[in-house]
Amino acid sequence: MGYERVPGLVSASEAVGETTLVVEREQLSEAALFLRDELSFNFLSDIAAADYLGWGGEVAGAWGSADGRDINVPYTLGPGLTPEPKPKRFSVSYHLLALRDDPLRVRLQTWLDEDERVASVVEIWPVADWLEREAYDLIGIIFEGHPNLVRVLMPEDWEGHPLRKDYPIGGEPVRFSEEV
Amino acid sequence: MTAKTVQTGAPVFTGPVLYEGTRIPSPVPSWVQVDPARREDGNVLQVNFGPNHPSTHGVLRLVVDLDGEEIVGMRAVIGYLHTGFEKSMEQKSWWKAINYPSRIDYLASFQNELLFVLAIEKLLGIEVPPKATWIRTALAELNRIHSHLVWLGTMGLELGVQSLYFYCFDKREQVLDLFEMVTGVRVHGRYCQAGGLAEDIPPGFVADARAFCRRMPKAIDEYEHMTQQNKMWQKRTQGIGVVSAEDAIRLGLSGPNLRGSGVNWDLRKREPYLFYDQVDFEVPVYERGDCYDRARVRIDEMRQSLQIAEQCLDQIEKMAGEPWIADDRKVVLPPREELQTSMEALIHHFKLVSEGYRVPAGEVYVAIEGPRGEQGCYVVSDGGAKPWRVHFRAPSFPTIAAAPALCQEHLIADLIAISASLDTLMGDSDR
Repeated sequence: MGYERVPGLVSASEAVGETTLVVEREQLSEAALFLRDELSFNFLSDIAAADYLGWGGEVAGAWGSADGRDINVPYTLGPGLTPEPKPKRFSVSYHLLALRDDPLRVRLQTWLDEDERVASVVEIWPVADWLEREAYDLIGIIFEGHPNLVRVLMPEDWEGHPLRKDYPIGGEPVRFSEEV
Repeated sequence: MTAKTVQTGAPVFTGPVLYEGTRIPSPVPSWVQVDPARREDGNVLQVNFGPNHPSTHGVLRLVVDLDGEEIVGMRAVIGYLHTGFEKSMEQKSWWKAINYPSRIDYLASFQNELLFVLAIEKLLGIEVPPKATWIRTALAELNRIHSHLVWLGTMGLELGVQSLYFYCFDKREQVLDLFEMVTGVRVHGRYCQAGGLAEDIPPGFVADARAFCRRMPKAIDEYEHMTQQNKMWQKRTQGIGVVSAEDAIRLGLSGPNLRGSGVNWDLRKREPYLFYDQVDFEVPVYERGDCYDRARVRIDEMRQSLQIAEQCLDQIEKMAGEPWIADDRKVVLPPREELQTSMEALIHHFKLVSEGYRVPAGEVYVAIEGPRGEQGCYVVSDGGAKPWRVHFRAPSFPTIAAAPALCQEHLIADLIAISASLDTLMGDSDR
């Protein structure tokens, strides 16, 4: 399908019927432009960012321990699972669709660490405007070159990015309680 | 909590600029900016439309810059209904998380629930019995009719065809009665399970659903009469909020909004899921891309949905007594009666309820054709009993972002017609 010509391609893999193209963070916009213009992925369905902090470890949502069964600790029954390690903390997945008679879908993915940024694709697919704002708002991904990167779902003065794994659940921070 | 926030400042504008060859405002596609020269005249008035306005279908705030009655600038503010469903779902085991999606888009509740279950099933690689798939297809179409009826009724209310609202909600109630019959409640049924359905359909459902399908075409004729042959409706929708096919694709519009602009794109036909490749139906497409055509697409779609539902009912009728859920004891709850006699069944039941099933590690993106467009679900599993990350592609989200581009150079009264014809839902966009 000509994916090997995608600029900055790290790997192209097939799993459960879906193609994932991992590209270098620095070359994301070149890769996006190539996919849109050369391979006719004209429709950006979705941008989904994910936080992999504690992946395979003990953060909420993780499954077991490698030692196996400990009936006193919930969710540790059975053999421990060690999912494949991820290259960096955050992933940003662009779900692309070639909207034509023989449709095709592909997942363009890039990985970044906390202090890294990724180029905005607003000029390539205008729909990315709010999708990138959402990824910034909830996960804290910073899209370089986005013309208006502000929160979209959370209030403007909100602190932190709620969908990060180190963001606590079960209550909002209580005002004036820090110095007690 | 100590995450850095960036201050990007207000975007810099020099005047209304459009992306080349489009009608999409630049540099921010979702923000129509007032021409600075125009602002200097002192005639531009900024008005908050919403968040508590009856025409916003929830809590949408539109910041509109008006010069007289003309819209010269606009942006949308959302998030008033943000509930953090995606975060909550990460804390629940897979089978408990199925409760959440139907609350996201509460008009397409069954379809959203189905979407999440399809994603789980894709990761599990579990086979669903045909009867369950037929029932899912039928209910998905009934759900589409329900959603379109609510849209049509409220759009009528906003465009001054108030009686339409009562006509539509009468029929909507009949759809909800069918859902209540099957799932026990009107809206949030939680009827889908990974591997099939929670229960078999009750006796009498097929007959009642058939009766509904017989009554409905006449009602749709009435709706057509009250809308498309209504001079007021025509005047307020024809040529209003036009979006070209190319711009609709760039702006990420999907579903009826895309088909109203002449793009023949329906996931049920193009990427068939469930049993849509085995039923006979047409995809209504209209060319002009205005409010009138978007409305026509949805009204025609209701007819097609009835046709699909009837074909599904034919199949369901033939399958009386067949299983409605897969026979996989590692995922599916054992039958209730076995718990009295079988130790094995009791253990399975206990483990499935207390701990839940595990889903193999991986990531999937599943998309279905919802009433509002492409509903997508991105799920990441680490192989455990809880989802690692769930993300919903809410069709209303890009649609609301596109509204300012459609409203530019229109009058304030047209804004009502445009936002109604886009059929957005705040629960869906805010999640």
